[in-house]
Amino acid sequence: MSKTTEIVKAGLARRYARERRFRLFGLSAIIISMLFLATLLFTIFNQGISGFSQTFIKLDVVLSEDLLGVGPGATETQLRSANFAAAINQSLYTLFPEVSGRSDKRNLRKLVSANAQYRLMGLVIDDPDLLGRTYSGWFLADDDIDTYIKGHVDRSVPEAGRRITDQTLGWIDRLEAEARLEKRFNTEFFTNNDSREPEQAGILSALAGSFYTMLVTLLLSFPIGVAAAIYLEEFAPKNNWFVDLIEVNINNLAAVPSIVFGLLGLAVFIQFFGVPRSTPLVGGLVLTLMTLPTIIIASRAALKAVPPSIREAAFGMGASRVQTVFHHTLPLAMPGILTGTIIGMAQALGETAPLLMIGMIAFILNTPEGITDPATVLPVQVYLWSDSPERAFTEKTSAAIIVLLGFLVLMNLLAVLFRKKFERRW
Amino acid sequence: MSLASPTLDTGMTKQLNTTPGTMRQAGGPLDIETVVEELKELPQPVGRPLLEDPKYHTRDVCVFYNETKQAIFNVNLDIGRNEVIAMIGPSGCGKSTYLRCLNRMNDTIAGCRVTGELLLDGENVYARSQDPVLLRARVGMVFQKPNPFPKSIYDNVAYGPRLHGLANNRAELDAIVEDSLTRAGLFKEVKDRLNLPGTGLSGGQQQRLCIARAIAVSPEVILMDEPTSALDPIATGIIEELIDTLRQSFTICIVTHSMQQAARISQRTAYFHMGYLVEVNDTDTVFTNPGHLLTENYITGRFG
Repeated sequence: MSKTTEIVKAGLARRYARERRFRLFGLSAIIISMLFLATLLFTIFNQGISGFSQTFIKLDVVLSEDLLGVGPGATETQLRSANFAAAINQSLYTLFPEVSGRSDKRNLRKLVSANAQYRLMGLVIDDPDLLGRTYSGWFLADDDIDTYIKGHVDRSVPEAGRRITDQTLGWIDRLEAEARLEKRFNTEFFTNNDSREPEQAGILSALAGSFYTMLVTLLLSFPIGVAAAIYLEEFAPKNNWFVDLIEVNINNLAAVPSIVFGLLGLAVFIQFFGVPRSTPLVGGLVLTLMTLPTIIIASRAALKAVPPSIREAAFGMGASRVQTVFHHTLPLAMPGILTGTIIGMAQALGETAPLLMIGMIAFILNTPEGITDPATVLPVQVYLWSDSPERAFTEKTSAAIIVLLGFLVLMNLLAVLFRKKFERRW
Repeated sequence: MSLASPTLDTGMTKQLNTTPGTMRQAGGPLDIETVVEELKELPQPVGRPLLEDPKYHTRDVCVFYNETKQAIFNVNLDIGRNEVIAMIGPSGCGKSTYLRCLNRMNDTIAGCRVTGELLLDGENVYARSQDPVLLRARVGMVFQKPNPFPKSIYDNVAYGPRLHGLANNRAELDAIVEDSLTRAGLFKEVKDRLNLPGTGLSGGQQQRLCIARAIAVSPEVILMDEPTSALDPIATGIIEELIDTLRQSFTICIVTHSMQQAARISQRTAYFHMGYLVEVNDTDTVFTNPGHLLTENYITGRFG
């Protein structure tokens, strides 16, 4: 055996052990992070899935003239002032004829969510033929009942220690026995705006706010970011101190804490330029500042990855610089640019801190219809709900997080698809 | 050794031809470094650098990178009409740099500065009034690595005519594309897949596609920077034949590392060494009776 062979052989075991160790480190790092992710997702889904369903009570509502105050053939204006609450209440009294006394009756009325009368009004306005007949349908139960049905109330706790009385529990048992109580998918979660009543609270206003804010952000940050990247990568003089300074600043901008952008937005956009506060417009402006560095850096990397031979070929054919960029470099860099943009947008979609500074933390009861209406966004809605005292908001919070995560996953998926579909090889 | 001869008349050129000859015969263990040092004193390349009524007329061309590094030194060279001139020399000798001056491709390199006089048909290539876009429409280029655009074969060839607005309608464009592909000897092979990406062709086909793309705008000159160095011998052979036929219509300047290739396809050969143009002459003369020691060493494979 030669000397080299001997030495190499002696070291082989150590070499392989080191390799195995390194692989083990990598594997355990991945396993740990996957565990964290799984825990996070499990917690959120465990709490949040129930937020998409809500307890409903089946009521047989008699829509008689003496209860409503209006009869068949009433106009819409008349219907809007009709006493639908009386009809709802009467249906409850009919279910529990033995209940008497003002306070008991008041407790009985509380079984149904306060918005039942408005839902009924909407139904009758849509279908006036219902007047004079009996409508039997499902109405939202109060959030305390919902919490109980979902198993978050312990019956063995003394009555004083829970939000739900023995009397109410008795009613609930009877309703359950009559199959008048049911957990159903809550479409109102997606069609309602925020509310102080957890069972009525929905994410529509937050979704709309997020949509408009993202729209403003995209429309501003994409063109500005891509234009800046093209200039810096293709046109700016190389080895120029000013260009270097800009580069350093862009990279630093990407690392600035997002709340600082919020303060900047407050000082510059709201105080100085007078942009209306709490609106998707100012939110979009602030998020644009935050997203720009991401887009610029990603776009520059994508442009840089286009092989110089393509540029040479275009120059050699007599294309001008702008033609070279727009005919060749930019289309080839587009998948990378889009991926970067989508990831930047996903970041912006999940951003809360800077928006708190510019008043997008308002309690919004109307769906925003434009970029200048007061609005809030999904992550801020999550923050608002997580801060609410009612037990029922916990699951709403998680449900909203699931929706937010859903959008984020969708966006990232889109980024991956773009990359896969338009990626070119040389 | 007296090589000093500042004037450019033919008598002097002849004298230049003989002097290094004697030097060579004196030969023996001659110090190459001394010879290279003497290049700086060489006012005019050995051989026949200047022509009557040339296509390109270049005098005292110097190229600097970042002010500090000079890549080529005082190159005086004429390039004739409808000739194939081969530029040979060891790596880093400045032959590609010189080639890229001819259509101002060096403009795209940051920190690159060109001085001297470069005239194309009497027009100053580096004049402020000279438009590089127009220049590159007149002077096409084929690169070392085949670099078709990641578009269809048709769009690759049609790119130049579209860019410069050479075709008025689709039929004219079709005709240009077919003609260019035919002249590049590629049409038969690709006529059924004009809409497939040009990057899907083999290396040799890609390079012919690049040649077709270059001739589609009917340039006057085609510059080729080691066009076959990435290709196998068969593809190289096809391209060499192609270059020979293209000579009828174009002036072709080709940089090559292969001396056999230079000998096969060119009428004149220019030998560069460390940024200096050492020798220019008819290809036969350069390869059979080189005038300068460095040229001889290079073509006999003693270095390079």
